[in-house]
Amino acid sequence: MKENNTDKINNNTKKKTKKSGTLFRLLKYALSDYKGQFAVVVISIIVSAAANVIGIQFIQTLIDNYITPLIGNQNPNYASLLQAILTMGLVYLTGAIATYIYNRLMINITQGTLQKIRKEMFNHMQRLPIGYFDSHSHGEIMSTYTNDVDTLRQALSQSIPQVFSAIVTMVTVFIGMVTTNIYLTCVVILIVIIMTFVSRFFAKNSSKYFVGQQESIGKVDGYIEEMMNGQKVVKVFCYEERSKERFDKLNEELFKSSTKANTYANTLMPCIMNIGNVGYVLVAVIGGVLAVNGLLTIGSIAAFLQFIKAFTNPLAQVSQQLNFVAMALAGAERLFKLMDEPVEVDDGYVTLVNAKEVDGKLEETTERTGLWAWKHPHSDGTTTYTKLTGNVEFEHVSFGYVPNKEILHDISLVAKEGQKVSFVGPTGAGKTTITNLINRFYDIQKGKIRYDGINIQKMKKNDLRKSLGMVLQDTHLFTGTIRDNIRYGNVNATEEQVIAAAKLANADRFIRHLPHAYDTMISGDGEGLSQGQRQLLAIARAALYNPPVLILDEATSSIDTRTEKIVQDGMDKLMKGRTVFVIAHRLSTIKNSDLIMVLDHGNIIERGNHEELLKKKGMYYGLYTGAIEIE
Amino acid sequence: MLKELSKYIKQYKKYAILTPFMVVLEIVMEVVIPYLMAKIIDVGIQNNDLDYIIRIGIMLVISAIMSLIFGVLSGRFAAIASAGFAKNLRQGMFYNIQNYSFSNIDKFSTSSLVTRLTTDVTNVQNAFQMIIRALVRAPIMIIFALCMAFSINKELSFVYIATMIPLALILAFISIKAHPYFEKVFKKYDDLNRVVGENLNAIRVVKSFATEENEEKKFGDVNSLVYKLFKKAEKIVTFNSPVMQIAIYTCILFLSWLGAKAIVTGGMQTGQLSSLITYAWQILSSLMMLSMVLVMIIIAQSSAERIYEVLTEEPTIRNKEKTVKEIKDGSIEFIDVDFQYDDAKANEMLPLEDINLKINSGEVIGIIGGTGSSKTSLVNLIPRLYDVKSGFVKVGGVDVRDYDLETLRNGVAMVLQKNVLFSGTIAENLRWGNANATDEELVEACKLAQADGFIQEFPDKYNTVLDQGGTNVSGGQKQRICIARALLKKPKILILDDSTSAVDTKTDALIRKAFREDIPNTTKIIIAQRISSIIDADKIIVMDNGRIDGIGTSDELLKTNKIYQEVYESQMGGVDSNNEGK
Repeated sequence: MKENNTDKINNNTKKKTKKSGTLFRLLKYALSDYKGQFAVVVISIIVSAAANVIGIQFIQTLIDNYITPLIGNQNPNYASLLQAILTMGLVYLTGAIATYIYNRLMINITQGTLQKIRKEMFNHMQRLPIGYFDSHSHGEIMSTYTNDVDTLRQALSQSIPQVFSAIVTMVTVFIGMVTTNIYLTCVVILIVIIMTFVSRFFAKNSSKYFVGQQESIGKVDGYIEEMMNGQKVVKVFCYEERSKERFDKLNEELFKSSTKANTYANTLMPCIMNIGNVGYVLVAVIGGVLAVNGLLTIGSIAAFLQFIKAFTNPLAQVSQQLNFVAMALAGAERLFKLMDEPVEVDDGYVTLVNAKEVDGKLEETTERTGLWAWKHPHSDGTTTYTKLTGNVEFEHVSFGYVPNKEILHDISLVAKEGQKVSFVGPTGAGKTTITNLINRFYDIQKGKIRYDGINIQKMKKNDLRKSLGMVLQDTHLFTGTIRDNIRYGNVNATEEQVIAAAKLANADRFIRHLPHAYDTMISGDGEGLSQGQRQLLAIARAALYNPPVLILDEATSSIDTRTEKIVQDGMDKLMKGRTVFVIAHRLSTIKNSDLIMVLDHGNIIERGNHEELLKKKGMYYGLYTGAIEIE
Repeated sequence: MLKELSKYIKQYKKYAILTPFMVVLEIVMEVVIPYLMAKIIDVGIQNNDLDYIIRIGIMLVISAIMSLIFGVLSGRFAAIASAGFAKNLRQGMFYNIQNYSFSNIDKFSTSSLVTRLTTDVTNVQNAFQMIIRALVRAPIMIIFALCMAFSINKELSFVYIATMIPLALILAFISIKAHPYFEKVFKKYDDLNRVVGENLNAIRVVKSFATEENEEKKFGDVNSLVYKLFKKAEKIVTFNSPVMQIAIYTCILFLSWLGAKAIVTGGMQTGQLSSLITYAWQILSSLMMLSMVLVMIIIAQSSAERIYEVLTEEPTIRNKEKTVKEIKDGSIEFIDVDFQYDDAKANEMLPLEDINLKINSGEVIGIIGGTGSSKTSLVNLIPRLYDVKSGFVKVGGVDVRDYDLETLRNGVAMVLQKNVLFSGTIAENLRWGNANATDEELVEACKLAQADGFIQEFPDKYNTVLDQGGTNVSGGQKQRICIARALLKKPKILILDDSTSAVDTKTDALIRKAFREDIPNTTKIIIAQRISSIIDADKIIVMDNGRIDGIGTSDELLKTNKIYQEVYESQMGGVDSNNEGK
């Protein structure tokens, strides 16, 4: 039991240090570029708060020092009163200007920081290994960009300055109270303690219920999303009534938790304010008693009563804003977690350069010769150049996504320049995994992969990937024109090159039939284009990229025979003269492969060309005759 | 629109009305409390009258307690009313969507329906809470405070009016000026999210083309645009608080100057001056609140409009008043059918034109044709997922429009091309077909669909939990579960819209064999890309460009139909049937 308790305490302190760590890091982030501006903000807040406090006291001074002496005066001289009012006007004006300045500067700081955070987050994300995207849902990552950054914006631009300003006000007022009367200050401290207690109680409960509300929202949203996606199936199965039933249950839960959370949020303010009111009465009564006994002047009681009001307001504000700050910190924590994810390691030093042949020897050049070479600096200071041809070699490669769970076992294979190597096998055999190792989406644990004789571990990842083209099973397109999409991998391509690539991919014809031909905008991952057309675009994209090695993951989706022929023809033209790895989903397209690898459970169980494999009457034969399901 | 939406407050109307009522009482207390406080200073403290202080003090405490009670109640009621309103809106939309026909669903995209049911409802909920609390509070506060001020000193109260009007104008001007910028910001935000979303979806493309830097530039551009627009919008709004402060301070200074004169000439007491200044704060900060609330309401308005659209969308397919509740048999007839989707442009070709077709009960029908040849459109008309433009579709000799929809759709089971499994166990998914199916019936249907075998191999068998969308089973397995689900309806007509494309040919053949032997009386319509899936059908329909190009058995079509010959040649050329793996 005891140990448990200490554990809990340890955990609590850990959580706290983590939270304050996040806050500290966030502030450091926000301030590093805006030190000067932030200093001005702090000063402006203090000035603005001070002007506010002086303003509160002003009325009393005005009455006591300027108005009362004039009462009953037959010929009152208003000059000094006017002077006091004008002085006050100046103080107020200073306050207003200070308010404007800090609000204005906070915009710079907030928006600048958010821009920086978003940018760094995105850039960092680009450098995360593929494994990260496998293990985190897109929705989860997206919400970091939307919800978390947004709560952060509110906290930075509003909550933090408000809390700071409130604290400054409270401190100023507190000093005023202490100098006026120490006994009454004690009373106020007592009230403040009660208020803090109450608001902490509220904060604890409201955050609990807000978390509950968030969970209910998550459930309702999840259900809605699933049902909307399957709405047509719902119709076909007349499932409407049953789907309503479950929805009602979740909706009711959300209603309950939402009511609770909002009740707490709504009632905090009246509670704090009215405790303040009771405090006011307490001070008046105690002050009265003290005054009767001659321990206090009437003026100071009046001043004190003003102080109390000036104290409660900011306190209520702080307690309300703290909710937002806590939410923002939780968001910041997620955000920093993303930014702390380890990036893809890239310690490669072999780079891809343009080359030209001089006297039978390769030399580096800056012009685009169309001839590429691997620049390989050695430890002895010399540099060698190897021509990029597209020989790929696996030597006893083993791999698993997680340690101790090997998926590929001892894979060896040789693909020579210009050869077509195909992988076939049932679901989960490891076909896609192999291709993901060539472009180093994942790094192998055992064995070696050589590219043009060089270990790919030594290559700079981006240079390696530049030499590899990929046409993936799911064609992903980007918002932009058709032309932009074809040029995706080669932004500097000329119009002629774009059209040539499209022609090679058999995409030119359908593109010309679109309303704006190559300038047709596509949005939302190519909605409105058929599966076949999207594939043709992906082929054109790869053709323009013009890599010596190509990885093709054939689409499983059903496209009709005619379109399939067009797509296949485009693919065949694309493959010409390149080393190609094909992940096959239909055997008809790979019969002409130089080498077919039959995979099962991460092992190569058969290899050879089509005729050889058919003769074996093994798994390939089974797949070919339709006895075994390929995915 | 507001009238239609406000209907959805329903059972929470009580709370929606009580909230402003409580807010009013709360405000009364808030006005009374400074009045009592002034009394304590003016009378109690000035005269050193402890009894008086205690007396008023007790009244103050009572007022504070009442204020607390009203405050808590208004907060509670507002929470109930707004959360309840949101609940009813969500429910109203969800229910109406359940009545949508396919063309209604096509009109809204899935993702837009999801946004409308989630984010938009939250926006409206917040705005509604604002309306019943703050929007009531601010004007009433202004009125009460003005009344109190007038009762103290009429002349001086004009100072409020004099400051209120320009302040209101300036605040309104700021809001109007800033609003378009905020709209632009939100649009750009969508762009920003789109870039991130596309990047995430296509991260493998990005990495394999090594275009990280381009992506960063693309994101950077949108990002700095958001930054610039946001700064512009906020720069305008920044004027709010200093303008507000200047207004209040000017008000206080004028009150002090004029008040001082009034006090000196004996027209007013000092305590009254403090009260007047307190009211100045209350009036002007209420005005500020009002301008903020109005901005929020303007933002929520577009959400409300989107919700309204979903709520008022009329389902295009409804039951007739008198409906037929029984399907005689599985015969189907198309008579002069033309069909067009709702969103079609005027000069577009009809997806289906002049279709005449007769299918006898129990027949096996294969449909083949290129993409865009309207195979799916054709079968969608049978369970009345869409209505014909002209002509008749008859099932069991009765026009489909005369059937009760549920009867018709339970009698005509359709396995959609884009099929969906739902999170839950396999058994739960299967019971979509028949909620009361026994375990034996489930197994039986799965055996027919050749799904029992692999399901039995799962450790949890029929209780295996499927992820959303069924991502944890293979495509072929998913399709077989979907077929079993449809079979559980024990339909008169079974339609498979390209539903075995991921199933290997051998299993595909087994499924067809089981259909033939075990459910001989059910009419089976099979759309397929693979000729082997339909080669043994009683009739094969060849579709081309929305028209029937040929009907007959495989042998007949091989002799007469050019398209069929072409497809046959490309798939079966030189290979015995069943030899083509996919």
